[in-house]
Amino acid sequence: MSQSLTARAVPLPGRIGLGWRLIPVRHLRRFATAAVLILAWQAGSMLGFIPTRTVAAPSAILTSMITLLGSGELQQNLLVSLGRVGIGLGIGVAIGTGAALIAGLSRIGEEALDAPLQMIRTMPHLALVPLFILWFGIGETPKIALVALGAIFPIYLNLYSGIRGVDPKLVEAARTLGLSRAGLIRHVILPGALPAALVGLRYAVGVAWLSLVVGEQINADSGIGYMMMNAREFLRTDIIMVGLVVYALLGLGTDQLVRSIERAALVWRPSVIGGRA
Amino acid sequence: MSGVRIAGLTRRFGENTVLDRLNLDIAPGEFVALLGRSGSGKSTLLRTLAGLDPVELGEVDVPSRRAVVFQDPRLMPWKRVWRNVALGLDEPDPKARALAALSEVELAHRVDAWPLTLSGGEAQRAGLARALVRSPELLLLDEPFAALDALTRLRMQELVSHLWATHKPAVLLVTHDVDEAVLLADRALVLEHGRIAVETRIDLPCPRRSGTAEFAAIRTMLLEALGVHEPAAAHDLRDAA
Repeated sequence: MSQSLTARAVPLPGRIGLGWRLIPVRHLRRFATAAVLILAWQAGSMLGFIPTRTVAAPSAILTSMITLLGSGELQQNLLVSLGRVGIGLGIGVAIGTGAALIAGLSRIGEEALDAPLQMIRTMPHLALVPLFILWFGIGETPKIALVALGAIFPIYLNLYSGIRGVDPKLVEAARTLGLSRAGLIRHVILPGALPAALVGLRYAVGVAWLSLVVGEQINADSGIGYMMMNAREFLRTDIIMVGLVVYALLGLGTDQLVRSIERAALVWRPSVIGGRA
Repeated sequence: MSGVRIAGLTRRFGENTVLDRLNLDIAPGEFVALLGRSGSGKSTLLRTLAGLDPVELGEVDVPSRRAVVFQDPRLMPWKRVWRNVALGLDEPDPKARALAALSEVELAHRVDAWPLTLSGGEAQRAGLARALVRSPELLLLDEPFAALDALTRLRMQELVSHLWATHKPAVLLVTHDVDEAVLLADRALVLEHGRIAVETRIDLPCPRRSGTAEFAAIRTMLLEALGVHEPAAAHDLRDAA
């Protein structure tokens, strides 16, 4: 309630009139900085201060994006990349969730799993690329395995600590209600650990894209990373930039996706309730 | 209907004896208030009766249908109010039962609310409904009103008194509030060093009012058992007010 009050208390200052009424000046300023930078970049390119070999002009990037979209090349590579992240993330989330459930819900599971996982976690998983190439060759497998491996740990760590962090007072209350162990896990522990698990999922998605970028540089013959590596051979900085833009948009998009999952799954949290009111 | 029988209950935490050969019977439908200073073992006794703490030494007989209301409401924040009330119910229509219990505690308008949007009093009433819906033979109240504001507390005491009169479970109310004990209970106990130091019947007619002389006498007696000696002048001032 206090939120809507403050919102009403400051109705118009901070916004400008006519068609822009709904866009706060603060947002416009942010866009303005970006717009000025892009314009300066474009001017610099056109005047020859920024050589195309270093970086292509914004207009050239836009043009090649349109060309790549027109030929279907971009969509095709995008689908390949999305598929790798999707499969890898799926495998990683499944393994991470399974391990966290075993370690979080049983003493023996904790003793068996937690220490080794914590040890492996300290290793940067991208350093395994050479080993993965030896094990899995240079096909799809090492790329997907890298994404999966990267996604396991954020999921595991967050879900595990979420399970262990469930308010013991609630567990006690549930026990006085006569819940069985299965009921306790289903109605108290898992819902209580869900917020932490979703934080883990957001990290996992970020790591998945990072792993993909590295993985797609292993002798790939398709995917956004391949498209960029290929462009490098021909000094096509415009196509490389298109790849970077696409990666950025994909990261942003999937993060938004997880956020909307969070909003839907955690409706009971006051911040979410407040945000709706 | 069976009541509570406790014989020789002893509970130690390391060197510290919290309950020392404690004997206590609570008759079916009896309302017992348990007073005591912090660390006197009140909560341990309640937790033992709730089945949350093990019986290591001594004998404890309790009814199988028990329910607890804690000081903090302890509702699952991810379940709507009625689902919290129905949680763990093994019935064909748990929702109908939950709704009935919620209207008994005057919370029918909040059945679909999320617990974190409830006020302190509402949350505590939901906790009461969650206990009530199990038709307990023994209702354990662990300082259920301590965190509420004074006005809400008075309304809640009235509500508990009414619910008890309707359903007649045996009640063990752990409280710091002597007035609350005298207002609600058939019998008040003062726990000290793990044993019952003082025990008194409260045979005042219901509904009780805190202004009467009998009320004040029992109140003073219990306060003295708790080590609080009221100066006479202050006492008179209270009565005048």
